[in-house]
Amino acid sequence: MIETGAVAALLALMAAAAVAVVRQRNLFAVVVIGGIYSFLMATALAALDAADVAMTEAAVGAGVSTVLLLGALHLVGSLEVKPSSGAALPLAIVLVAGLLVVYGTYGLPAFSDPQAPIHRHVAPRYLVEGPKETGVPNVVTAVLASYRGFDTLGEVTVVFTAGVGVIALLRRRRRPGGEGRP
Amino acid sequence: MTRDIVLRVIGKILIPYALVFALYVQFHGDYGPGGGFQAGVVVAAAVIFYGIIFGLAAARRAVPEPLVESLLALGVLLYAGVGVAGILLGGNYLDYFVLDHDPVHGQLRGIFWVEAGVGITVSGVMLKIFYLFAGRGRDLEEG
Repeated sequence: MIETGAVAALLALMAAAAVAVVRQRNLFAVVVIGGIYSFLMATALAALDAADVAMTEAAVGAGVSTVLLLGALHLVGSLEVKPSSGAALPLAIVLVAGLLVVYGTYGLPAFSDPQAPIHRHVAPRYLVEGPKETGVPNVVTAVLASYRGFDTLGEVTVVFTAGVGVIALLRRRRRPGGEGRP
Repeated sequence: MTRDIVLRVIGKILIPYALVFALYVQFHGDYGPGGGFQAGVVVAAAVIFYGIIFGLAAARRAVPEPLVESLLALGVLLYAGVGVAGILLGGNYLDYFVLDHDPVHGQLRGIFWVEAGVGITVSGVMLKIFYLFAGRGRDLEEG
């Protein structure tokens, strides 16, 4: 009961942060509010007992990406240019898309419903056999690293590819004797 | 480098704990929440924090770029290597049961190295992206 209230309060604060991001013209403030949004998100995830995701959100969403966005602001300046067209059309698109997503959630099983299909397929086997087969009490780790080892290998390869892509885009080649050009 | 003494002192106090916490998250992931991805991100965040407070040059001295670039590839190679080890020991790719005489110990060993690979690659990629972004601004300022 307390958790439901806490999550509702956090979601309300996140909505306020999102509105503030839209209304704010100073991009430095936008980045800082974005970091606050991520911290609220991480707290909500922690309240939902998703400790792994909360940790990642706090470190990546609030920490690293805030720093990277500030680095980008350093390059492009921190004042948003006034938009040339009105806000009516984008607002309408966002509202329609958002309502469609909300409508879509009505097709999902209720939150933490034990009868949901996802909890009745392979999950019971992982929960019962996982600790015996892998010797790892944390089922999340057992699934990620062992049962779904191929998926995780793919994920790590995606992270690696992203890193290599950023290196290829941003690395400055230094010619011998000449100034490096971007 | 910031002259703010509060930030410098707090940074010096907090960064070692952040790194130790990352190791805890990495190697205790079998029992508690966390694992390679979270640990790699926390390591990268600690070094980025260091870089913000003490300057990019200091961070590059502490964690040199060639090391970061090697880590980036090393983690994936380690992960894929665990799979190849499974084949060499007579199993399938990413089959951990054959990594030890006792199948459960083999699983533990496989998960340990695979998670280590994830942590190494994630920390390497995060740090490399930070170095590139931060270094780009600096170079433009100077040039």
